[in-house]
Amino acid sequence: MANPSAVCNGHLHHHQKQNNLLKSGVCKKNGITKGMKKNGVSNGTLYKKTFIEHFEQAPMYVAVLTFVGFGVGTIFGYLRDFMRAWGLEKRNIAEEREQQKDFVPLYQDFETFYTRNLYMRIRDNWNRPVCSVPGPQFDLMERVTDDYNWTFRFTGRTIKNVINMGSYNYLGFAETDVNALKTVTRELQKYGTGICSTRQEMGTLDKHVELEKLVAKFLGVEDAMVFGMGFATNSMNIPALVGKGCLILSDELNHTSLVLGARLSGATIRIFKHNNMQSLEKLLRDAIIYGQPRSHRAWRKIIILVEGIYSMEGSIVRLPEIVSLKTKYKAYLYLDEAHSIGAVGATGRGVVEYFGMSPGDVDVLMGTFTKSFGAAGGYIAGKKDLVDFLRTHSHSAVYATSMCPPVAEQIIRAMKCLMGLDGTTQGLQRVRQLGKNTRYFRRRLHEMGFIIYGNDDSPVVPLLLYMPGKIGAFARRMLEKNIGVVVVGFPATPITESRARFCVSAAHTREMLDTVLNALDELGDFLQLKYSRYSKSSHPELYEETRFEHED
Amino acid sequence: MDIKSMKNYLYWLYCQFELITCSYLMEPWEKLLFYTFNITMLVMISYTAYIFIPVHISTAFQFFLHLLGNQYENTVSIVK
Repeated sequence: MANPSAVCNGHLHHHQKQNNLLKSGVCKKNGITKGMKKNGVSNGTLYKKTFIEHFEQAPMYVAVLTFVGFGVGTIFGYLRDFMRAWGLEKRNIAEEREQQKDFVPLYQDFETFYTRNLYMRIRDNWNRPVCSVPGPQFDLMERVTDDYNWTFRFTGRTIKNVINMGSYNYLGFAETDVNALKTVTRELQKYGTGICSTRQEMGTLDKHVELEKLVAKFLGVEDAMVFGMGFATNSMNIPALVGKGCLILSDELNHTSLVLGARLSGATIRIFKHNNMQSLEKLLRDAIIYGQPRSHRAWRKIIILVEGIYSMEGSIVRLPEIVSLKTKYKAYLYLDEAHSIGAVGATGRGVVEYFGMSPGDVDVLMGTFTKSFGAAGGYIAGKKDLVDFLRTHSHSAVYATSMCPPVAEQIIRAMKCLMGLDGTTQGLQRVRQLGKNTRYFRRRLHEMGFIIYGNDDSPVVPLLLYMPGKIGAFARRMLEKNIGVVVVGFPATPITESRARFCVSAAHTREMLDTVLNALDELGDFLQLKYSRYSKSSHPELYEETRFEHED
Repeated sequence: MDIKSMKNYLYWLYCQFELITCSYLMEPWEKLLFYTFNITMLVMISYTAYIFIPVHISTAFQFFLHLLGNQYENTVSIVK
């Protein structure tokens, strides 16, 4: 389906028009449809295609039963803590030595109440050791516990070919195919694995220069800089860009790396509601009208921190509106495309391409190579002045070891594949396959009646479980059916909204997705997870015809 | 056949109860404690209902009859 002549420099020419799906006639899935229709004239020209996100609320009885479950869990937690405190039960958690009992306590007992009493009971669903490449299928080491998840032991058996629905392997570049990894092996033999230095001392290799030029070309910006670790890219570079006297406007659901970087910088942080442009505009207006808290001087800098795709919700940022706000109020925009680079957009260039905007609209483009490129590390891209500033002032450049050469080569080969520079259309096929898989998976899950959050185009699919008892049951039963899923509970999500998060990959075949969907269907009936009150649309055949790509 | 599907259905209901009240996560002695407590409460409530509801209903019945008219009063008192 790809037009070969249009692919060679990685940019598509005719493709944009065909993406304009006007679904105004069909009454789509409910929940909160934020499309072109609702917001008056000015918004009609901002979004070139419909923006549909779902955040359906579960029926009231679900919330009540969730609280009942947590209530019972809390009562038993208190009972167990009482027994532990009075010596009726062995204590398995960390404690101080006998000689130090009179000192100021080192371990805060009450704050780990949730960890001790709820997390420990279902702990076998996390930190499962993987013993193969995390491709579309992987192998797990089997482990059993004798004392209710306080300790584990390995039986020695490996569970083979578990379908992987949890790895961030969006484009399927986590592979062990020898042909694909030829250049990586060559670089490994040429450079070895260690760098043993920081960027500013002796850690800048020609590989880094090559990679940075390639990243800049891929994104369509002037320059880029790569770092060894994705988390550290955010937490170490935001303090270099903002300081005291600056204002950071950060989304409610931003990732911990952004929050840590913002706190380290010393700037004032204000939080706006998730993806809510009215909240952001109000904060911007208040900031400009009232200035800094006591002196009422103007803020030195106002920077907006958002992510491309939010990994716990699956929602996509409203980039056109944010860019129009930022140009109106003269603020800066920092876009963290950790999950969206490679995963959305017609050629995989992220949310900037997805909305049809130009990369010059965003001041600081940040992303990671961990997710779609099958490597490790992060980058910051933008104008040459910005990147040159970061080369001298970033903590990461001064103190952190730079990216190791085989990993850099893996990113180079993945990016060249995506851009079509290796002479094949494989990269584009992967992006298309991911898009198809995402839409198919989400559509089937909606039809089955599960509550799914997020945008229709995002490959991160959170399926809501709500009740704490179901978290453990869901993950264990899926493993019995040979499917590995990631479930998330309280501290990472609000307490009543625990979920299972699926990451669709381009490497998943239709059969694998069908296996997973059938297992989900069965399990959904058994565990009663199909809370959605909205069934599929009333005109299924009309809905199929408006799809651009037919699944075949 | 019907017994089997009935048993499966009951087992499924029991599983739902376990999941909702988090007793799926409990160790066996905790489950024993929890079920004992629940069953005790249920037995006590049903015993209370058994003893007191007929008395309450007949008292209410008498009260409403008194409101409607005196003619049936004598017969009711003889029956009692």
